Amino acid sequence: MLKKTILAATVALTAGAVWAEPQAEVLHWWTSGGEAKSVAVLMEEFAGRGGTWTDMPVAGGGGDAAMTALRARVLSGNAPTAVQLKGPAIQEWYEEGVLANINAVGVEQNWDELLPTAIADHMKCDGEYCAAPVNVHRVNWMWGNAQVLADAGLEMPTTWAEFNAAAEKLQGMGITPLAHGGQAWQDATMFESIAVGLGGAEFFQAAFVDLDEATLTSDTMVAVFDQLRTLRGFVDDDFSGRDWNLATAMVMNGEAAFQIMGDWAKGEFMAAGLEPGKDFLCAPTPGGGYLYNVDSFAMFSVEGDDKIAGQNLLAELIMGENFQEVFNLNKGSIPARLDVALDSFDYCARRSGYDMDVASGNGSLMPSYAHGMALRGAQAGAITDTVTAFFNSDMSSADAVAALATAVKNSM
Amino acid sequence: MTDTSTQRTGDFKNALLRAGLYAMLILFALYYLMPLFVMLVTSLKSLDEIRTGSLLGLPRDVDFSAWGKAWSGACTGVQCEGLRPYFWNSVLIAVPAVLISTFLGAMNGYVISQWHFKGSNMIFALLLFGCFIPFQVILLPMAIMLGKMKIAGTISGLIFVHVIYGLGFTTLFFRNYYITIPVELVKAAKVDGAGFFRIFWSIFVPLSAPIVVVTVIWQFTQIWNDFLFGVSFSQAGTQPITVALNNIVNSTTGVKEYNVDMAAAIIAALPTLLVYVVAGKYFIRGLTAGSVKG
Amino acid sequence: MEWLQRHMPKMVLAPSFFAVLLFVYGFIAWTAYVSFTRSRLLPKYEIEGVIQYERLFESPRWEVAITNLAIFGILFIGIAMILGLLLAILLDQKIRTEGALRTIYLYPMALSFIVTGTAWKWILNPGLGIEAVVKDMGWESFEFDWLTDPDMAIYTVVIAGVWQSSGFVMALFLAGLRSVDEEIIRAAMVDGVSTARIYRSIIIPSMAPIFMSALIVLSHLAIKSFDLVIALTGGGPGYATDLPATYMYAMAFSRGDLGQAASSATVMMMVVVAIIVPYLYSELRTRRD
Repeated sequence: MLKKTILAATVALTAGAVWAEPQAEVLHWWTSGGEAKSVAVLMEEFAGRGGTWTDMPVAGGGGDAAMTALRARVLSGNAPTAVQLKGPAIQEWYEEGVLANINAVGVEQNWDELLPTAIADHMKCDGEYCAAPVNVHRVNWMWGNAQVLADAGLEMPTTWAEFNAAAEKLQGMGITPLAHGGQAWQDATMFESIAVGLGGAEFFQAAFVDLDEATLTSDTMVAVFDQLRTLRGFVDDDFSGRDWNLATAMVMNGEAAFQIMGDWAKGEFMAAGLEPGKDFLCAPTPGGGYLYNVDSFAMFSVEGDDKIAGQNLLAELIMGENFQEVFNLNKGSIPARLDVALDSFDYCARRSGYDMDVASGNGSLMPSYAHGMALRGAQAGAITDTVTAFFNSDMSSADAVAALATAVKNSM
Repeated sequence: MTDTSTQRTGDFKNALLRAGLYAMLILFALYYLMPLFVMLVTSLKSLDEIRTGSLLGLPRDVDFSAWGKAWSGACTGVQCEGLRPYFWNSVLIAVPAVLISTFLGAMNGYVISQWHFKGSNMIFALLLFGCFIPFQVILLPMAIMLGKMKIAGTISGLIFVHVIYGLGFTTLFFRNYYITIPVELVKAAKVDGAGFFRIFWSIFVPLSAPIVVVTVIWQFTQIWNDFLFGVSFSQAGTQPITVALNNIVNSTTGVKEYNVDMAAAIIAALPTLLVYVVAGKYFIRGLTAGSVKG
Repeated sequence: MEWLQRHMPKMVLAPSFFAVLLFVYGFIAWTAYVSFTRSRLLPKYEIEGVIQYERLFESPRWEVAITNLAIFGILFIGIAMILGLLLAILLDQKIRTEGALRTIYLYPMALSFIVTGTAWKWILNPGLGIEAVVKDMGWESFEFDWLTDPDMAIYTVVIAGVWQSSGFVMALFLAGLRSVDEEIIRAAMVDGVSTARIYRSIIIPSMAPIFMSALIVLSHLAIKSFDLVIALTGGGPGYATDLPATYMYAMAFSRGDLGQAASSATVMMMVVVAIIVPYLYSELRTRRD
């Protein structure tokens, strides 16, 4: 027994680390039942390896409230150990000099091989890992009520022209074609799905990653706004302020035919006991493309060996095959790791995995701007302001592209 | 009893007027009660009934399970302990903060109203102006200060913040109340040789009950209901009930349990509701007693 | 000892004075300073000029926010005052159930909007709330869809705001009515002056200071209104119900645009100064006489 302890101690020492009980205070906004269960999986694994997990959940506004708390914590020199953070915000925090480096774990576990390049790049600060990805959500999904569509003799449309025709037919039958919640981020989700479908990946990249002014004011962008205006005619009167899950419920009970929403919507269908392919249908939004939204945890600079040990352990577990599979089965997304078999996932997830592979191969894997993957907060916010103002008024598309370019310039 | 016909039409007119008066009062009461009513009936319905029934309809089967869940079983993250642990955090924050800020407000009000010195009115103006700054403005510098003071993320830190930003109103209340106490009283006491604190304890404190009630109610409501400071200056283990409530109510993914949301909302509001219902009478009395004459 | 006695008042006031100096005025100065920098996620301290103010005044969203503050402020303060006074006068007519009614009118003040926001959202939602209920009762053409109408949504914020605060105003006025000298009223009644006249020419004029207090409490609430909007409309539809406080919060915390937030906060502070300082000035002047 004593021998074993000494042995363990020697191993630990030679590994270059003083053994400390891993500690982690984790700030996140996964507070709903299903999500909380998913995080609990991580917590149990963490505890199983001798760690102490302190939970710091802050819900609301898609993480706004959590970000308020984070800023206050960082400024008071009391940063949480790990924080749910994503997209360019990771690099933004890094530039403020408050992130910790977990490159050792990333290199040891060979993350470069396991992750699609586009996603691995999001996790790196100056070429070294500073965050660990949890999942890949596809944002540009369209969900349909199978029964309603069958009754109308419709299939999931693959082009926007087809969609418009289908929607008009449904409207004639007295069914709301499109379930939508009028919140700025939902408007933006629809907008970017149209953009990648109508304009393709290159257009999307130029507009929402490079913020190229000519592209922002191009005819294609006018067409994107035109299509958004058309969609405005397909939603019901009470859409304002509606939460997205209530819009999903409208599709579920046949009040509406379609919803454009990321694959977290699938979790709602599943929770109601509906089956993909049978009760509800999933397809990429018309025109295709792949917009991803990757949730991840960034590690903040903290003092104390126990906390640093906690960060490394957390990073290792987040990228672990087991967690990636269990978590994503719960959440509707797919694992960020490419080598996790998707056999136990449903067909929508498998489709997502397949499409991601293909898109990753030909360089058309695009970050979602609406979900904070493509741009920094100020620029993304400026675009969303314009989009939501357009959607909730009778602004013309020509005015909208002009306003878009001005807003982006003003946000710099 | 006079019995002339003009008197009778007068009575009739009067009765009609009274009826109209009551009708109006009741109509307004309905407007004020509606949200609470919606919350209450929703918390007692099953999820199915919420989905299918009318918003204002009474529950078909009264179901208290949502209340139990909100108190001790709802998930606010990984932990599913309901509001209970956060409830005590809020108590630990609110009680000392209310007491300290009320005491300081009383002392300040006493000085400003009765012990004029050069600049005392200026200080009062400065304090009062502090009531009007939007709290979002001070979040970040306050975070830096709390860090420097080594009380970031602690209950003491939250108490400190609430005391500082409560001072303006508590001072205002006490100053406006004490100013109605004649200066002659203090002068006479001074002649008798009573000092600064003696006068406060023996003359002002005994007279203060009404205004203490007003101040305590006001401060307790403000502090108990605060979300912005709670979410910014707490850490795991010190989060107040409003933050937990927000975690339950504002989760936008997953199946929304509206009955639990509503039960949680009512539980979080119970202490302040109770204070208003029980002490509301004294609140009005306290206001009548002079606090509003400023 | 003598010295201590003489300076005791100053010493008692000193901690509050210094605390406010640092935690209110120091922080306002800090914010004003940051508004001249290009701070993003966290504060930076290199001065960059008035760029943030240029951005602010070019932002259509800020324009909406300021306009909304004017609409909301005037309506909210006006309606809450009138309603509060009306309720107080009605309750002053020797109403038998006064205690219960008073509590009913007053209780919204006890609740935060995190608590009541959801209920209000449902009540005002055309598909769920009042509109749906009235339609169910058979009045098919009834419409009440302000919440979803960008031009009208700000008025729903007024409805909920008035709901929360008018009870407190009622309490203030009721207290005022009760402290008017009974003798004068009785004398007027003996002279056969009508009740309406008594209110108009005797009671209400004597409550001028209470109008002032109510005005101050209400304008403080109007300027700080934040949870109200967040809970009810989230600033929407679009950003039609944005207020300066929500604009500032969005910039500082969800956008990582601290400099911009600081400039909007500074403009807000100037609005507050413009409203409050004249009041404080007059208040303290009359006091000294």
